[in-house]
Amino acid sequence: MSDKVLMKGNEAIAEAAIRAGCRHYFGYPITPQTEVAAYMAKRMPKIGGVFLQAESEIAAINMVYGVAGTGRRVMTSSSSPGVSLKQEGISYIAGSDLPCLIVNVQRGGPGLGGIQPSQSDYFQATKGGGHGDYHLIVLAPSSVQEMADMTSKAFDLADKYRMPAMLLADGTIGQMMEPVKLAEPVEHPFVEKEWAVTGTKMQREHHIVNSLYLVPEQLEKKNFERYERYKKVEENEVIYESFMMDDAEYCVVAFGIAARVSKNAVVAARKEGIKVGLIRPVTLWPFPKKVLSETAEKVKGFLSVELSMGQMIEDVKLATSCRRPVGLCRRSGGMIPSPDEVLEAIKNMQRGEE
Amino acid sequence: MKRVTLFCGHYGSGKSNIAVNYAFRLRETYDKVALADVDVVNPYFRSLDSKSELEEKGIRVIALPFANTNVDLPALPSEVYGLVERRDIHAVLDVGGDDRGALALGRFVPYIQEENDYDMFFVANFYRPLTRTATEALGVMNEIFSACRLPFTGIINNSNLGEETVARDVVETVAEAEKLAEISGLPLVYTTYSERLGEINVPSPFPIRLQKKYF
Repeated sequence: MSDKVLMKGNEAIAEAAIRAGCRHYFGYPITPQTEVAAYMAKRMPKIGGVFLQAESEIAAINMVYGVAGTGRRVMTSSSSPGVSLKQEGISYIAGSDLPCLIVNVQRGGPGLGGIQPSQSDYFQATKGGGHGDYHLIVLAPSSVQEMADMTSKAFDLADKYRMPAMLLADGTIGQMMEPVKLAEPVEHPFVEKEWAVTGTKMQREHHIVNSLYLVPEQLEKKNFERYERYKKVEENEVIYESFMMDDAEYCVVAFGIAARVSKNAVVAARKEGIKVGLIRPVTLWPFPKKVLSETAEKVKGFLSVELSMGQMIEDVKLATSCRRPVGLCRRSGGMIPSPDEVLEAIKNMQRGEE
Repeated sequence: MKRVTLFCGHYGSGKSNIAVNYAFRLRETYDKVALADVDVVNPYFRSLDSKSELEEKGIRVIALPFANTNVDLPALPSEVYGLVERRDIHAVLDVGGDDRGALALGRFVPYIQEENDYDMFFVANFYRPLTRTATEALGVMNEIFSACRLPFTGIINNSNLGEETVARDVVETVAEAEKLAEISGLPLVYTTYSERLGEINVPSPFPIRLQKKYF
């Protein structure tokens, strides 16, 4: 039998997390990410892990905070309204310099919104949804295989930089089924971390996990130190995909499910002789600023394709210092643009230019 | 073909696709055919997506009142009672995944058992991560039976890897499907696979047309 399995995106996240050594999951059900919790509920007890359905999203993220303090791999998952509830806890975790994984399988908003796919939590994920100066590493998968691969990647990056990472998916990728090749499980023997709260055994000084600094000089110093680390993330961890960009005169920018639709549109536009390509940010923070800035020197215009009223477009404009026009092709509230709609937007961009 | 046919299984095993194709097959023989989408678990991909095609062929489609809308409310339509109680129509029930989906079936079970003219098929895809083996699949079967209390009557092997499936992938699961038949004591009634694969040499082949995908 093939060594691939047919998985839902949500299941791929759960299985990949287990294989990456995560043995602690805390969550609360919400469509369209409930399969992450359902899968964990089935698997964790069999492998000596912990699955706990908390009484709320707020409780779940604070449980994550607790386990993260012990230096073990831990995660939670939810969908948009639930992730809003987690923001306070996320800010505390960032303020305590702890690694963890937060998964957001986005649905339409604001408010309770709907249950269909969306990308309208881009601002919340990349600009700090909670209070204070902080960032999350934000990864945006666009296939079920990437749901698995990026879950593992997110844990590694979170550990490396001692900061929370977020997998920013959407309902479509969470629900759709595709064949996946899963990584072999890696054994993660518990490594004593110099900061983890694991009990002193009366043999060392206390480790303190805390985000409270009442002396402003100390808090400022902490924040400056943290931003030095963020700078390293921005220098070293940017990931993007470049598609048909070699001779492109126009550049579509899209991530996640929007990038999938956009690729079809780019291929269709090429058939009609329009020289267009696609840059797909894979890390939304750090955002692929450099490549977009360089691309601005080569192309006549950009088109941001989003399942939101237009959020990432601001980062595209910033990255390119508005040197070229940036158009917007958007759907909202759970709607997905068809490849034809994106193709039409590409043609509009071309007509506007020539 | 029995008057009531139910499709149950692990979620994502392919129940909806098979239910739709089975309804088309029933319609070739019987005038009055209905398909009820009683999946209270899956909010996105469902047999209701084929509503217009089914209705074109004269198949009645019964759906959850709020399916494919923004309302995430797992309520069952009263019309399903009609299907089960009135015995003049061939009914296909597309049941939600796992034991949770099958729980919704419980209220209809006394009627189905009293009439005793039903098939309840377990749909297995051995490429799904939690049903990789016959033993794991039997575990899910038992969970579903515990939830709905209606005994299964047969097994459908729907092993596939989605769009990447090649004929060999299907053939290589036959042994596991036969093992599931053996340990469950039930017949292997169909091996289903996408019709684009052509003819495959497997037990009781049933090529099916897949529902349309949009991305």
